[in-house]
Amino acid sequence: MDHQPATPKPTRVYYFGTCLVDLFFPDAGMAGIELLQAQGLTVVFPQGQSCCGQPAYNSGYRAEALKVARAQLDLFPGDDPIVVPSGSCAGMMKKHWPDLFHGEPDEAKAVQVASRVWELTQFLVQALEVRLTDKGEPVRVTWHASCHAQREMGVVDEPKALLRQLANVELVELAREKECCGFGGTFAVRHPEISAAMVGDKVADIAGTGAARVVSGDCGCLLNITGALEAGRQPVQGQHIAQFLKERTHG
Amino acid sequence: MADGTVDFAAASRAALQDPQLRGNFRRAMDGLMGKRAAQFPDAAEWRGVRELAAAVRLRALAKLPELLERLEENCSRNGITVHWAATTAEANAIALDILRKVDAKLVVKGKSMVTEEMHLNAVLEDHGIEVLESDLGEYIVQLDGTMPSHIIMPAIHLNTKQIAHLFKRKIKDAESREDAAYLTDLARRVLRAKFLAADVGMSGVNAAVAETGTLCLIENEGNGRMCTTVPPVHIAFMGLEKVVEKLEDVPPVISLLPRSATGQPITTYVNMISGPRKSGEKDGPREVHLVILDNGRSSIYADPELRDTLRCIRCGACMNHCPVYTKVGGHAYEAPYPGPIGKILVPQIEGLETRGALPHACTMCNACVEICPVKIPIVEIMGRLRVEAVRPGGAVKDGGAKASRAEAMVWSGWAAMNASPTAYRIATLAMSRLGNAAPSSLPLLKDWTRVDNEAVRSKPRFATRTLHDLARAKGIPDA
Amino acid sequence: MPDARSAILAKLRADRDAHPLTPPASDFTPIEAKRWPDDDRLPRIRRLMEAVHTEFLDATDTDWPAVLREFLAREGVGTLLYAPETEVGKRLEREWEREGTHEVERVRGDPRCERIDPCLTPHPSHAPHGPLPSPGAGEGPTLIPYDKPIEDLKPQLFTAIDAGLTTTRGAIAETGSLILWPSADEPRTLSLVPHIHIALLRADALYDTFLQAMREQRWADAMSTNALLISGPSKTADIEQTLAYGVHGPKRLVVLVVRS
Repeated sequence: MDHQPATPKPTRVYYFGTCLVDLFFPDAGMAGIELLQAQGLTVVFPQGQSCCGQPAYNSGYRAEALKVARAQLDLFPGDDPIVVPSGSCAGMMKKHWPDLFHGEPDEAKAVQVASRVWELTQFLVQALEVRLTDKGEPVRVTWHASCHAQREMGVVDEPKALLRQLANVELVELAREKECCGFGGTFAVRHPEISAAMVGDKVADIAGTGAARVVSGDCGCLLNITGALEAGRQPVQGQHIAQFLKERTHG
Repeated sequence: MADGTVDFAAASRAALQDPQLRGNFRRAMDGLMGKRAAQFPDAAEWRGVRELAAAVRLRALAKLPELLERLEENCSRNGITVHWAATTAEANAIALDILRKVDAKLVVKGKSMVTEEMHLNAVLEDHGIEVLESDLGEYIVQLDGTMPSHIIMPAIHLNTKQIAHLFKRKIKDAESREDAAYLTDLARRVLRAKFLAADVGMSGVNAAVAETGTLCLIENEGNGRMCTTVPPVHIAFMGLEKVVEKLEDVPPVISLLPRSATGQPITTYVNMISGPRKSGEKDGPREVHLVILDNGRSSIYADPELRDTLRCIRCGACMNHCPVYTKVGGHAYEAPYPGPIGKILVPQIEGLETRGALPHACTMCNACVEICPVKIPIVEIMGRLRVEAVRPGGAVKDGGAKASRAEAMVWSGWAAMNASPTAYRIATLAMSRLGNAAPSSLPLLKDWTRVDNEAVRSKPRFATRTLHDLARAKGIPDA
Repeated sequence: MPDARSAILAKLRADRDAHPLTPPASDFTPIEAKRWPDDDRLPRIRRLMEAVHTEFLDATDTDWPAVLREFLAREGVGTLLYAPETEVGKRLEREWEREGTHEVERVRGDPRCERIDPCLTPHPSHAPHGPLPSPGAGEGPTLIPYDKPIEDLKPQLFTAIDAGLTTTRGAIAETGSLILWPSADEPRTLSLVPHIHIALLRADALYDTFLQAMREQRWADAMSTNALLISGPSKTADIEQTLAYGVHGPKRLVVLVVRS
């Protein structure tokens, strides 16, 4: 676990919602904001935000990625943490922005912003040490770990720790939790057959747990996995962890 | 393809349609991942030895020209003849020249990735020389007339039944028995006769020690020792990056290579060759030759970021852990090096014109980076090659080969939309209002939703209000 | 091709000098820290090597030839190749002579050497009818000295020899590996071609790691033409990851542990 210094507890945070949340999972984005507010924090959502730049960055178009990333830089003045409900976008900002801005006039600012980025569950556990009270009915769920959350942000145990705080939630882990679901941004449409085979294995793994829901922290994975669950008429629902936690704790 | 472009997408489609193959790979790779994990129960030990192994490889690269000179000097002192080849054609010519001088009719080979790169077997056969792969997996693949599908386990795509069938067809007096022990014994019988009769043995090199002029080879079967010990002439082939500075640099590499590759604490044999038969010795080859091959490596070395590709010790762990490789297998890559390392190495050696698709055959999941014993930033290099593929000029062969005006315009439009809050707002408004009306037959949506006319994923559904809208409506402060 | 050489080196040098690389320090402590108590090394070596089908015999300075002889008789080994110039080889000859069964063959197609075609016939001890009857006195396994170049020994070496005896330069606890140091007196193929490799290991020559062994024995000062680590009999998993022993090298590895 990549522990960041968390003292003193912050009172104000920025929220970077990400473009996928914006377009496809706004309720999950809102749930994340409300989870933070429930901890007594002031959450600031800069309306000028759009995308972290990852799609272009990973497609070989660095100048375009830089242009988009640069448009975000001035939205987060000061030192308050920047919380992102996505391991992948958080990883882009935290790990890749310093490289992307390397040698640019605003490199120092990009590095400063990057250093303040947290993935949502990581922030809830490490910075806020939240204690959740479950108000929901008994349910069995499984957890899908996104690759970038695990390997770029070092977020492995935090989301599962949050799920385990919920008394009526039974967490059954996947047999191949660490294996990629096959989304990979443009990979899914560049190599649809391979991507389909990968998500096929993932869906089989999910079905094998007997869970009613698969919870994840990344919307790319969720688009892929819920899409495959629906196409395969599997009775499992996919949900963003922010939304799941909010539902369980707000009654 | 006619223009030499290798169509990874088409080859992987074919692989995915073979349930036998998919099953073989899934089983094998699950097994290997488990065995590797069992070899590293102590995370601190893994981190420490890994840092050391990476440092050893980096030090070798930092002093590469000097170490190669020193290796040559010490090999020569030990009686090993050193040859240099800029290209695979030169390396093949060197090999043929040595073979001609000793009038070789039969060559036995231990595992060597570099000779796969050279297509040496085909060249030797064209010159009427019988060449026999002696690593059991390589032997199976050679009998089958195909290519290895994994750098450590060449025949991993075949199961026992398929191999039994192959042996029955190809080996005289073979019984049809689906029994690994029987099949192994059969291969032993055939190959022992060849070791005995061979004029020349060939091998690769896992690490060449500059300090002592020593060639290190690791293996389990003993065929490598046979090839390097029994025939009167031994020719070893190495990529120029395989040098290490000191003998002490070998243990860290040996400590991680077999554990990462196959999950065994060490290979059965660590074979360290420091010369041909000395006067008074009763066995060992009379001549030992070392062929040092460049084949594009010096160009990889030129770029400080791409240079890390050359740290590789060829353990194959990256492929065992790659979710793409484990689905499509090694043949789809149509290259001596498949999997993640192949996706960064092969385009740099062969060029982005024919191999520009490979760096995109990756979800950038970083599973390979997590287990690489010498910490190669494979995914960062993958990203860099994606840049080079669309940027004319640049450091990599055929840079810009995949540049397309249409694609560049798409990304330029994307950037314009995402760099301006107003443009973004209009675009997301349009998408949330109209996006769901888009027909599934649209190019990208079609690929997303259907494969081989089967529904694989439902269409993504745009929300009617964006998070921006919700945040505004709920009065979330903007600054 | 001298041109290739200078062109490659010049390019590497120019490219490196344009972008020098500063490697991190090579910190060997993670390997140096691997230590086992004196009493644990041999059991560990044994456990690791037995896990890959190595067999062990216990003996002392006094009785190792007898232990070896008993093993060979029990297993029905007809021919043992050895290095006559080594101390071990000389001792072996003396013992065989003392027992009155000195049958040092100058390999010449003796029918008993031909008896076992090891490539085709299962080893006697593995044969369905069980081990061959133990040879009695005067019928001990035939000693065959490795006293000529391999060219003069080759066909017999591959077809008529059951076992080979070598010394070792110790063993490594971390990985369960024997160190072999072939020389003019002890050829490389002794440990490679015969179907059974018997290796004499002195119980006081144990090291923690490969690194420690090469440092203490000062390998870098003078390497054998063919230094070896051997950690078991030859094996393969190339057929559907099923382990099979005895693919190209020895089918059996027997470690004769000799205590003072």
